[in-house]
Order: sequence, then C-alpha cells, then structure tokens
Amino acid sequence: MKNKLGILIALAVVGTGVAWGMLRASPVDEARFAALTGDPENGQRVFTAAGCASCHHAPDAKEDAKLILAGGQKFPSDFGTFIAPNISSDPENGIGGWSLPEFASAVTKGVSPEGSHYYPAFPYTSYNKMTDQDVADLWSYMQTLPAANVPSQPHEVGFPFNIRASLGGWKMLFMSDAWVVTDVADETEIKGRYLVEALAHCGECHSPRNALGGLDRANWLAGAPNPAGDGRIPALTPNQLDWSTEDIAYYLESGFTPDFDSVGGHMVEVVENFAQLSAEDRTAVAQYLKALPTAD
Amino acid sequence: MKAIITFATAASIAFVGSAMAQDDFSANLKARQGQFRILAINLGIIGDMAKGKMDYDAAAAEAAAHSIHGVSMVHQAALWPEGSDNMSIDGTRALPMIWDDFADFSSKWDALGTAAENLVSVAGTGQEALGPALGQIGGTCKACHDTYRASAN
Repeated sequence: MKNKLGILIALAVVGTGVAWGMLRASPVDEARFAALTGDPENGQRVFTAAGCASCHHAPDAKEDAKLILAGGQKFPSDFGTFIAPNISSDPENGIGGWSLPEFASAVTKGVSPEGSHYYPAFPYTSYNKMTDQDVADLWSYMQTLPAANVPSQPHEVGFPFNIRASLGGWKMLFMSDAWVVTDVADETEIKGRYLVEALAHCGECHSPRNALGGLDRANWLAGAPNPAGDGRIPALTPNQLDWSTEDIAYYLESGFTPDFDSVGGHMVEVVENFAQLSAEDRTAVAQYLKALPTAD
Repeated sequence: MKAIITFATAASIAFVGSAMAQDDFSANLKARQGQFRILAINLGIIGDMAKGKMDYDAAAAEAAAHSIHGVSMVHQAALWPEGSDNMSIDGTRALPMIWDDFADFSSKWDALGTAAENLVSVAGTGQEALGPALGQIGGTCKACHDTYRASAN
C-alpha cells in the first residue's frame, strides 16, 4: 500500500515535470546570434514588410509618428482585448535594454526576457519562419527608432486565458515553423511565400481559427470572421479572389481594387507598408497568392 | 374644441412627417453611393491609362479628371444626416464615428478635392503624370475609409 502511494506520488511528480517542461518558455540558443551583425537598411525593409509599426504605433499616430512604437492600440478577440505594448527603444518602458537573443526569442518564439509566454496576438507563429539574419537586421533598425516614455498597459484578458503557462500547451498544439505551402514553382513564389507566411503574417487575419484560436492551416487564406466584429476578412485563394497578378500588385501599391473601390479598415495600414516595398516584392506576393491551393 | 382637434391633427401629421423623414435615408444613400460610383468609374479610366492597360488619351484623361473634381465639389453635409450609419440602418458601411467628429470627416473630403485639383492640372500633360496623381487621390480615399467605413462582408 505504502509502495503504491509512493509510485503514485512519483508518477505525479514526473508527470508534472513533463508537463512543466512542455509548458516552459524556452528562449533561442544565444550562440545562433553571436556572430550576426545587423544591417539596419535591410532591417527597415523587414520592419515595413512585417508591419511592426501598424500595431505598435500609438492609437492616433499619423505619418512619421507611426515610427514611435509606444503601443496602446487595442485588439479585441474572443479571448479578451490585447493591448499592444511599448516596443520603442526606450530602455525603461520599451525594449531598448534587450539583447539580440532576447529580441529573437520574443519575435520567433513568443518568449519574454523574463521567460514568460507572449499571447499569440503578437504574430510570432508567423515570424518564427524569419531568417536569423533578418531578425538581426530588424533589431539593428529598431534600435535607431525613437524612444517613447509611456508604460505598456496590461491586456484585458480574463480567466482562464490569463494563465500564461497554458500558452505553452497552445504553442505545442498550434505553433509550427513549417511552410504552409510546400509546392512552390520558382524563386518569385519562394519570395512571395516568405513575405506572406513569415513577414507580413497575412494568415493571421485571412485564415480561419479553431475554437482555441489555433490557425486552421487546411483552410489557409480562405477568409475568416473579423475578430473586431466588423464584417468578414476576405479570402485570398484563387477560387474566391479572381484578380490578376497585376491587379493584386497594384492593389498592394495603391489601395485600389480592380473596380477602383479603395482599401479600408486595418488593411489600409498593410497597403501603406506594401507601397513602401519594391514592385518585385508586391509581384511576388501576388504570384504566391495566384498559385495557392484552393481550400475545400 | 374644433381648434384643439385641428391642432392635434396638424401636430400628428407633422410628427408622422418628421418621423418618416428621419427613418428613410434611401435618397441619401443613393446619392452617397452614386457619387462614389462616379469616382470609381473615372478613377478606373485614369488607372487603366496609368497601368498601361489602356492607351493614353489626353482628352479622355482630362474628362475623367474633371468628373472626379466635379464630384469632389459636392458638399457632403446634406448627404450624411445623423442616424444614417451602419448601426442604425441597413445598406451602408458608414460608421457612427463619422458624426463624432464631422469636421474631421469633412476635412478628409476636402483633401480629396485638393488631390482632384492636382489631377485636373496634370491629366492632359502625359501618361507618366497619372500614376502619382492617382496615388495622391488613393491616399485620400484610404485616409477616410481607414476611420469611417466598415469592412465589406
């Protein structure tokens, strides 16, 4: 009897340990980034394509003020309202005091320097496909941006979603660094895939999610309800979006649809970002979308 | 007594009249959406020339530019009565926020006017001038839609 209890306790301890290990927030291997030197010029391109400012600028910021990454914009969801934090170069309120591996852990693993999990409203499930060099370049560029002396606000997330350790399990179930589209025809589509699936994180809004908020990769870019409650986010698959490659590229540059309606909602900021990228980048995105498999 | 009844009848007619006027915004919606349709058709002509999908034709470009400018001259206040937002009525994507700061909404329309004036001045000068002028107009569309128009369903 005493023995059985001992075994039970031992099992419980081992089980807890295994569970804890799975739920642990593990940072990147520092050695991977030790030899990398960031190029802020390419970092600016990565920053623009990844749309960092679109979510992290202050709620009413215009034009150049959008480069002050003070945070404060609210993102409502089924799980609560997330409030973008200050990621400016301010060492006190922003991320100016971080190291490159700490930054890489945040961006590609959703792990904070204190070792806790970030909520996946921060699209690290896309950014985890970023190359190490792009992460280093991005970090070097972001350090050149202005500091904002405002503290980050806590998320408005209730029980049970406020238990951050549970995000370890969420990541195990839903976070993958594998490409969604594995069948790519040429260099242009590979470039487009990197822009869509990694940097611009299009799938985060344009793909549906399951009840736990995990992306439904089988219905990749097939459209989804708007988490902000306003209308639907349209499908980008060729059976739904019948625009030509040129039409898509022109939309990303100008914000005009083929029948000259104009872009609206959060997509306005996305188009502002794409307009700053090269024509090759926009065409690559368009070609990737035109080659997408059709969801059932 | 008769005077009271007459007064009551008049008051109720006036009440019904005003209630109907408040509820039926169909003319306003048609006017609003029609003007955007005129803009889109003419922007399409300029855009197709800018993209090289249609041969540049100075006269046609100028005509389209004048039409866009003409629409931008329509004063908007009469088309946007309070209560004609997408929370109150069907058939519109106009967000209630428009009436929280109607001055800002109006200034965004004025910005379209400025961009349209520029388009009028360059439309006849050559194909390469169309793209940048169109980009400027697109910027004014986005600036307003970003804040005041709901997403499509």
